[in-house]
Amino acid sequence: MSDYTKEFLAMSKAYEASGGDPASLSDGGIAGLMVSHRRILRSNDAPGVHIEGEETPTGVKAKITVDPDVHVEHPVHLCFGVLPKEGTQEIVSEFLVGEGAKARFLAHCVFPNAVKVRHVMDARIHVGKHADLEYSETHYHGEEGGVEVLPTAKITIDEGGSYRSLFKLIQGAAGELRIDYEADIGKDALCELDARVYGKRNDVIRVKESLFLNGEKSRGLAKSRIVASGHCVSEVVGEAVGNAPGARGHVDCVEIVKGKDARVSAVPRLLVTDDRAKLTHEAAIGSVDKKQVETLMARGLTEEEAVDVVVRGILR
Amino acid sequence: MICVLDLVDVGLAVGGKPILQDLNLHVLPGEIHAILGMNGTGKSTLASVIMGLSGFSPTSGKVIFQGEDITALPVPDRAKRGITLAWQEPARFEGLTVKEYMELGQRDSPGRGPSPGECLLMVGLPPDRYLQRAVDATLSGGERKRVELASILSMGPRLSILDEPDSGIDVLSLSHILDAVRTLAKNGASVLLITHQNEIAASADRASSLCGGTILRTGDPVAIGRFFRNHCRECPHGSALPGEALLHE
Repeated sequence: MSDYTKEFLAMSKAYEASGGDPASLSDGGIAGLMVSHRRILRSNDAPGVHIEGEETPTGVKAKITVDPDVHVEHPVHLCFGVLPKEGTQEIVSEFLVGEGAKARFLAHCVFPNAVKVRHVMDARIHVGKHADLEYSETHYHGEEGGVEVLPTAKITIDEGGSYRSLFKLIQGAAGELRIDYEADIGKDALCELDARVYGKRNDVIRVKESLFLNGEKSRGLAKSRIVASGHCVSEVVGEAVGNAPGARGHVDCVEIVKGKDARVSAVPRLLVTDDRAKLTHEAAIGSVDKKQVETLMARGLTEEEAVDVVVRGILR
Repeated sequence: MICVLDLVDVGLAVGGKPILQDLNLHVLPGEIHAILGMNGTGKSTLASVIMGLSGFSPTSGKVIFQGEDITALPVPDRAKRGITLAWQEPARFEGLTVKEYMELGQRDSPGRGPSPGECLLMVGLPPDRYLQRAVDATLSGGERKRVELASILSMGPRLSILDEPDSGIDVLSLSHILDAVRTLAKNGASVLLITHQNEIAASADRASSLCGGTILRTGDPVAIGRFFRNHCRECPHGSALPGEALLHE
């Protein structure tokens, strides 16, 4: 078996463990990109979807384009990972979704053996007029906690476009995670940013989601769900800026603390520069809601089971 | 006849203030037993004591279920014996579907009620529209209460404590609620129906009036309703009793 095949199979296995369907990685009809450390193992176009990848000394540069008015039938599968215990991977990516196009991206980031791994994702995302993009990113980490994950994204959404993202890191130790997403939302456009993270041991989590509601009647939601256990420290900054008439933004943060040594904080920042914009926020941080737990206990669950059901639910 | 539930001289004080005092209540097998009382008389506190919720351990007296003293038993053990509670304002759960929520209730229940879909139909909610919905803030207050009742039905409990199942429910939905209560009893459950509406209490087999943390009278629901209407007044302390306040923390 060649080195390439071995690596591809190992990545596929980790991809499957993270919830991905490995068959989609070898299906010629499905667009996808697989990067193992600094090596592109697979890059496949599909009708209306073009992927350009280039290996760099520190990782990979990728440009993914969806042609105007193309409705991509199957989700585009992306897989980024580092299989050795140590290594740095920098992904510099550009996503361009053409006017009127519609696409869904499923990204899986896998670091199953990480002891000292650094993963940097620097993304530029442009959603064209009346286009629709869904981006889901699921992480699968080992239990060692030796991962540094730094995802940043600058998102631009043109008139009538929509962008929805879901970031999930609930398997394995989060390590050090610093999310920084910033969206420029145009007229009648929509942006939803959703991050769900389960922090354990000595994990350090920082989530910053910023919505700039620059277009008339633009709408945005910055949502985060964090569970912190062990000695985990978490900080969530949800920011919304209402710069246009009729703009509506909402920041929604829930952070649950499990155990006496974890620390969580939530910082909402709302700024209105147009008196016809409206921004709201809600945050609930602390222990699991007593009433939720007692309701489940009144159905026979132990307190521990009840807390687990509540926690799994909010991270789902 | 052996009662399903006996509360014997139950008292509960919170912060030195009595909430329940010398309370005696006996619920028969398969009966719908209404508890009538004004706001602040201790109705929800009584429900919490029977369910064994944290902070509601009786300071005196005993809770007997099917002949067993369960006064010191934790909530899950009571549930496994067939006791359950539908809160006046049920909790909401992100990421949990109605079907999953109902199946969780069936897991440890000693009985087995109809399927989740059938139970939803009984409370007037089409299963194809509701089974996969989340038990979260997207459900209206009335929908959430009906889902709660459906979940209780599906558990096949031996004693269901329903805390004001009629509050926040529109007139059309109310008939579904009352039908579901009757179905619970028909399936062998005793139902403790907590309310402050005579019309709801009239659907019970027996009723007790609760005032100042104690049961004043027990008997025919119409007669008790008349007594309640003619004698009961809003408590001077309103709903600000420590026990009620604790419940709504």
